[in-house]
Amino acid sequence: MNSKCVDILVIGAGPAGLAAAIAAKEDGIDNLLVLEREHNPGGILRQCIHNGFGLHRFKEELTGPEYAQRDIDRAREMGIEIQTDTTVLSVDGKTHTVTCVSSAHGVEIITAKAIILAMGCRERPRGALGTPGTRCAGIYSAGTAQKFVNLEGYMPGKRVVILGSGDIGLIMARRMTLQGAKVLACVELMPFSSGLNRNIVQCLNDYDIPLYLSHTVIDIKGRERLTGVTVAKVDANRQPIPGSEIEFDCDTLLLSVGLIPENELSEGAGVKLSPLTSGAEVDDVLQTNLPGIFACGNVLHVHDLVDHVSNESFRAGHAAAAYVRGQLSGGDTLDVRDGDGVRGTVPQRIRKGVSEEVDLMFRPSGVFRNATCIVTCGGREIARKKAPIFTPGEMAVVKLKPEIVAGLDDTVTVTIERS
Amino acid sequence: MEITCINCPVGCRLSVTLENGQVTSVTGNTCKRGEIYARQECVDPQRMVTAVIPVAGSAMPLSVKTRTPIPKKLIDECMKALSAVEIAAPVKAGSVVLANVCGTGVDIIATKSVGA
Repeated sequence: MNSKCVDILVIGAGPAGLAAAIAAKEDGIDNLLVLEREHNPGGILRQCIHNGFGLHRFKEELTGPEYAQRDIDRAREMGIEIQTDTTVLSVDGKTHTVTCVSSAHGVEIITAKAIILAMGCRERPRGALGTPGTRCAGIYSAGTAQKFVNLEGYMPGKRVVILGSGDIGLIMARRMTLQGAKVLACVELMPFSSGLNRNIVQCLNDYDIPLYLSHTVIDIKGRERLTGVTVAKVDANRQPIPGSEIEFDCDTLLLSVGLIPENELSEGAGVKLSPLTSGAEVDDVLQTNLPGIFACGNVLHVHDLVDHVSNESFRAGHAAAAYVRGQLSGGDTLDVRDGDGVRGTVPQRIRKGVSEEVDLMFRPSGVFRNATCIVTCGGREIARKKAPIFTPGEMAVVKLKPEIVAGLDDTVTVTIERS
Repeated sequence: MEITCINCPVGCRLSVTLENGQVTSVTGNTCKRGEIYARQECVDPQRMVTAVIPVAGSAMPLSVKTRTPIPKKLIDECMKALSAVEIAAPVKAGSVVLANVCGTGVDIIATKSVGA
């Protein structure tokens, strides 16, 4: 069995892993290795062929493959080693030993001074919904359909209903329509869409695809292949209302019902996870409860924008480099708590006495119009941000300035107040 | 007229006043791009089009995009024109796959490299 030692090991070569590796290399960490399960680096961006990526970071609108290629090219120019076709089997959180396997090298044991977790997230499957009906072919998660169409050149069906109005579902409504399918409806359980408004406009409205809010699929029909679904309106308790049923004659049902950080390896390592984000609990430099193990990107919490993933991951890469050099200050931390209207704030704690900018990221727990996000420390207001709308579909970010962070002495609470 | 700006994920709600088919005022935008979008959207809406097309000699399809937005009403025609394109590997990202699509003056370019 091969074994080797590196300074920093990055797990995953999607946008998070690539950005973290680039940042660490910029800081002079040369003994750096990135492991990737797929044959090509780039992660989920490879199948996101639509435009809209990179507006913040590159000030231009790129498609997913173009955005990924910039980081892949940069990593290659810098001489960063990316080992593809390699699956990590386990991470030992105490010894920082990683076991991985590949056809080319067999089983390998890699020991790293610091590990950056960048495994991304996974789609919530049908099994998590409890929808009744037959177990026929023709039911896919939206991302699976996206992979079939955009990477493998197969159309999964001709008449499509989409359950859930997450961004991938909306994007796939347009993609399937453009590639020749008929999309009959997009059905959303909640009274609001969890996708971005721009996607409702340019993916549904542009193609006259109806969005049924406060509706859900209550039956799935078909023996071998899906032949139809029954959709019903739901009441305030999300229970189907008898008599409101609508029948759709379709051969394909796409599910876009949420994303879950892929943390099996993190859990095995002993990383403490947050029940709210399903990702690791981290401090202001994205270090988990295990010293020298960092997490960034969608494995930490599900983002809407890859630009934010990259920014967060640069921070993780720089912090891991500082850790390897023994320059990362540790010590006491202050807790960050969710107040009213706020869910899953990251980071969950801030190191005491540091004076670096901190981005507090969270999802609003509902839709708030003309509201203000207020951050307090021991009852004292330290930051506020007004917005015309806060919605669960858009991650909110509030910045704490370095001088504010330096003065923190108590629990930090993030709240949304209606004006 | 109320529209949602699609330039960036903020998705500002814009109020546009039209007189005789001319935009006279735009409010609700938080940046200059919102105003430009509103003025265009109410007169001649435009969209970027992205798609995948098969490539001879490659198992993987090629992802492509219009270099700049094209009139929304031409999206269907654009997809039809794309379905007639025959292209063989290797293709380099950024190379022109179909020039001047539907007479718009806009080229369709590859957004990734295939078989190169």
